[in-house]
Amino acid sequence: MTPESDTTIRGGGWRVVARKELADHLLSARFAVLIGVLGVAAAAAVYAASSGIRDVAPQAIGIPGLFLKLFTVAADPVPFPFVTFVGFLAPLLGIMFGFDAISGERSQGTLPRLLSHPIHRDEVILGKFVAGLAVISVMLTALTIFVSGIGIFRLGVSPTAAEVIRLTSWLVLTIVYVGFWLALAMVASVLVRRASTSALSLVSVWLVLTLFGGLIFQAIGSIIGGNDQLAVARAQLTVARLSPVTLFQEVSTVLLDPTQRAVGLITFDQVDRAVVSALSVSQSMLVVWPQVVAMIAMTGVLFAWAFIAFMRQEVRA
Amino acid sequence: MAAYAIETRMLTKRYGDAVVVDRLNLEVAAGEIFGLLGPNGAGKTTTILMLLGLAEPTGGSATVLGREPFRDPLAVKRRVGYLPDAVGFYDGMSGRQNLRFTARLNRLPTDQAEPAIERVLAEVGLTDASDRPVGEFSRGMRQRLGIADALLKDPTVLILDEPTTAIDPEGVQEILALIRTLADRGVAVLLSSHLLHQVQTVCDRVAIFVRGRVAAMGTPQALANEASGPEMVEIGVSGDADLETVLAGSSDVMSVTPGKHRGTWLVSVPPGRTPELVSSLVGAGIGLTGVRRTAEDLDDVYRRYFDREASHDARV
Repeated sequence: MTPESDTTIRGGGWRVVARKELADHLLSARFAVLIGVLGVAAAAAVYAASSGIRDVAPQAIGIPGLFLKLFTVAADPVPFPFVTFVGFLAPLLGIMFGFDAISGERSQGTLPRLLSHPIHRDEVILGKFVAGLAVISVMLTALTIFVSGIGIFRLGVSPTAAEVIRLTSWLVLTIVYVGFWLALAMVASVLVRRASTSALSLVSVWLVLTLFGGLIFQAIGSIIGGNDQLAVARAQLTVARLSPVTLFQEVSTVLLDPTQRAVGLITFDQVDRAVVSALSVSQSMLVVWPQVVAMIAMTGVLFAWAFIAFMRQEVRA
Repeated sequence: MAAYAIETRMLTKRYGDAVVVDRLNLEVAAGEIFGLLGPNGAGKTTTILMLLGLAEPTGGSATVLGREPFRDPLAVKRRVGYLPDAVGFYDGMSGRQNLRFTARLNRLPTDQAEPAIERVLAEVGLTDASDRPVGEFSRGMRQRLGIADALLKDPTVLILDEPTTAIDPEGVQEILALIRTLADRGVAVLLSSHLLHQVQTVCDRVAIFVRGRVAAMGTPQALANEASGPEMVEIGVSGDADLETVLAGSSDVMSVTPGKHRGTWLVSVPPGRTPELVSSLVGAGIGLTGVRRTAEDLDDVYRRYFDREASHDARV
C-alpha cells in the first residue's frame, strides 16, 4: 500500500456524471418529443408572423428592429408570437430534465452504489445540473437558429449586428430562465421521493405561475396597496416581480424591441414630450439589468437549496 | 499504517431517541472475512454506511485503512469496494457500459479500464451477458454485476451487504469461493447477512448483531457450539415400536414425543449425543427407517441472543 496523493482525485468528478447524464438525455425519448413539439410550434409562430409582416411590407421599411418583429409579433392563425410561446413552454424543458434527477437514482437503487465510488456528493448534483443546462442550451439555440433561418428566408431581410446581439442576449437569458426551472425541478427531485409526485407538483407550480400568476399578483397587490390607485399599481408590480415569469417577460420585451424604453409603471409626466427613438443594445440591457440579476440570483438560491438538501439527506431509501 | 483494515471504537449512531448502532467495537484484519450477522433492522447497513463515510457517526470512531471515513471520504472510497443491499444499475445501459461509468468514476485510464472490466466480468461469470441491457438482468445477475462493480477499483477492503440474497444455491457457492479467493489475496472482507448457514462456511469470524449491539463475536464454530441447545432428532422406525417406552430409562434422552406421522418420533438429546442415541436404538433391535436432525432455525439463534440481551438489560 503506497500513500497516494489526494490531489489526483479531487475535482472533475462532476464531469464524469455530466458526461453520462448528457448522453442519457440526448438519447432519451423526452428529448426527441420536446424538440419535435417545440420545433413545430416555433416554426408555426414564426411563419405566421412573417406572413403578417410581408402583408404590410411597404410600410415596414425603416422600422427599427424589423427582423426582431418576427419573434415578437403574433399573426393569424397562430395566437402567440415566438417569444411568448418560448416563455410559456421553456419552463417545461427545465422540469422535464430535472424532475427525477435525484429521485430517479434512488428508485433505481443506484444512489448508494454511485456514492460508494470516489466522488463527492455535490459533484453528483452539479454534474446533473450542468448536463441538464447543456441539453437545454443546445435545444434553445438550435430552435432560435432554426426559426431565424425561416424568417430570413420568408422576409428576405437579414438581421443587423445589433439585432444578432439582442437575439443572442435574449437566448442566454432564456437559458438562465430555464435554469431557474431546472434548479426548482432538482429541489423537487431531492425532496420528493416519487418521480410522478415531483413532476405533478412542478407542473402545477408552472401552470399557476404562468396562467394565473397575473390574477394572483393583482389580488395581492390591491390588498397591500389600499385605496390609492398608484400605490395599488406599484404594489401589484412589486409582487409580480417576485415571480421569474414576470422578470423574463420584461427582459424579453425590452431586449427584443429597441423602442421599449422602460418596464413597469410610466406616468404621463414621464413620457410628456419624450422623443420616440430606438435604444441602443447597451441601453436596453441597462433597462432590464435588475431583472437579469434577480433571475440569476433566484436560480442560484434554488440550486443552493437543492445542493444543501441533498448533502444532508440519508443515502438510504 | 493501521494494524487493522477496519476498526471501530464505541461506534454509535442515533436517530432521535432510537439507537441504531450502540457502542460497536470491531476490527477486521487484511485477508480476513468478517461476517456481520443479524436480522433485518439490526443496524448492519447503518454500520456499513458509517464505514463508507456516507453517514455521520453520532459517537465513537471508525477507521478504515487508517483514515476516518466521514472526514476523508474520497481516500476511503477509492480503496473500498462496496456492494449495496439491493444494488441498482442504469437499466438502459448494458452491464459493460455501467462498469465503464464506474471505471471513469474511479479515474481508471481507458487503456487500463477495458482489461479490468473484462477481468471482473469473468470473475463473476457475466462475460456472456455483459452486452445486454441491465434491465433484462435477473436479480442474481445484478448482484453479480454489483460485485464486479465493487471489484473494478481493485479494492483493499471489500464491504458486501447481503451478497448472497437472490442468488441460487449454486451461485452462492461460486460467490463465496470468489470471496475466499479475494481474502486469500489479502483483501479484508466485511460481509453482512441474515443467512447464517450460508455465510458461516466462509467467514473467519462473525459477530451476531441484534438491535445495534454485538451479542456475540467469535469464530462460527465457537458460536455454533455456544448457541446450540439440545439437539432435536426426528427418528423413523419400522413396525409399531414405541420409542417412549424403549427410551424411558435412557439417561441421555431429554424428551420423546410422537412425530407428525405414524412411526416417527421427535427425540431431544444433549448437544453431540445423536450418534449414541442411534447406536443405542440399533442395539435395542429397533429397525430405523430414517434419522434426521431438525436444524435449529437461525431465528432461534437470534432469539436466544436476543433474550439473553433482554434479561441482561433487566438485571442491570
